[in-house]
Amino acid sequence: MDGWLGVVIMTVFGVGFAGLMIGLSLLLGPKNPTPEKLAPYECGMPAVGNARERHSVKFYLVAMIFLLFDIEVAFLYPYAMAMRDLGWSGYIQLLTFFLVLLVGFVYVWRKGVLDWGPVARQRPAAKTQRAA
Amino acid sequence: MDAQAIIDSLSPLVPGASFEAAPSVDFATVYVPVEHVVATCQALRDSLHFEVLAEITCADYLPRTPRYEVVYHLLSVSKRLRLRLKVRVTADGTVPTVQGVYPGAGWLEREVWDMFGIVFDGHPDLRRLLMPEDWEGHPQRKDYPVQIQKAAQTYAPLEVSQEQFQANLERDRVKRTH
Amino acid sequence: MAQADHTHGLDHELPILTSTVEKVVQWARQSAIWPAQFGLACCAIEMMAMVASRYDVARFGAEVFRGSPRQSDLMIVAGRLSRKMAPAMRRVYDQMPEPKWVISMGACASVGGVFDNYAIVQGVDQVVPVDVFVPGCPPRPESLIYGIVQLQQKIARSRM
Repeated sequence: MDGWLGVVIMTVFGVGFAGLMIGLSLLLGPKNPTPEKLAPYECGMPAVGNARERHSVKFYLVAMIFLLFDIEVAFLYPYAMAMRDLGWSGYIQLLTFFLVLLVGFVYVWRKGVLDWGPVARQRPAAKTQRAA
Repeated sequence: MDAQAIIDSLSPLVPGASFEAAPSVDFATVYVPVEHVVATCQALRDSLHFEVLAEITCADYLPRTPRYEVVYHLLSVSKRLRLRLKVRVTADGTVPTVQGVYPGAGWLEREVWDMFGIVFDGHPDLRRLLMPEDWEGHPQRKDYPVQIQKAAQTYAPLEVSQEQFQANLERDRVKRTH
Repeated sequence: MAQADHTHGLDHELPILTSTVEKVVQWARQSAIWPAQFGLACCAIEMMAMVASRYDVARFGAEVFRGSPRQSDLMIVAGRLSRKMAPAMRRVYDQMPEPKWVISMGACASVGGVFDNYAIVQGVDQVVPVDVFVPGCPPRPESLIYGIVQLQQKIARSRM
């Protein structure tokens, strides 16, 4: 419990200071909303159309893939702390875990999820077709 | 190259055009008839290697007819030459657009339309560039007053839909019926 | 050896300073004015010179020039305001949260400068309310810093 006291104090001070700043601004600050003030900022020009536009799906794909492999790497840290206690059997289990995810990585790679440019990498079959 | 050399190389490329050499102190200047502007620019770009259109502007010689002279500045990067073309335009006359030859001419011609009122035939998007869209008059004409006592417009709509935006563009464009 | 003087020259033991909320708030507002980037023409160069190391307006509290009006207190109108820009400038001013101030920098922003013609608004106070006018064409960075100091004194005098 002693180790946590520092963290608790830091959290209280951090949240308290931020809350104090925001609270003081809410208390003392002027409130004067007008339609022009609340309009979206478009460098002074009138905003055209809705901001909800379609985005390329590759952003979503990259975010998902990053999340999965980041969690995979996050499993390495506690394993590294407990490596000596887990011994060879723990090592084999971790290796199996990584191999399963490696299969998924190879699948993602070959499917072209990691290709970020406008033109995807040419597949060998397509190349021979073009050469013919 | 001086103006006469340019005219001699241009004459076989643009048949029927009567070029004149104009007096100038800095670089060659050639008077081009209005109907041959596009063909001349095409010949200059393709055969004589004037790759760059640097400027399109205009001068208003009010009591004289023809009233305006549209001035094109061309630049040859490969041959390190500059050339000025002058086109005499009457007060209600129009000039064919050179945007097909030099794509950068789009906004330059918009500026000439805004300031002088010279319509460019075939220009896809001829609307005001420097003055507000609903301004009346062409400010750099000689008979336009310099000092205007007018309150500044400070209101603009908060939000415009996509269709309204396109409709505004259409409304501000100059349409030629012929 | 004499005892250390814990009173620090004050009458009472505890070194506490009292003031009014208004004075503290106005002091805080005047000491950390963040301008919005609104350089229109040549005066913007002198404004940049003011921000650079030799004249360094960060000493006076203008630490960053915010790109967005939502995060700024001060709009330094640096340069000629053309008729086409006037509605945009009014919108940018409207989108600044209060408290906000405007410094009109240079002759063109104050009265139209040398450009008395169809294209230039003869003074930005036709479009936004101005607190401090800084004359010059362009004003030297020291002049603009003097203008900002005058604005700080104006804020100190004003009510919350």
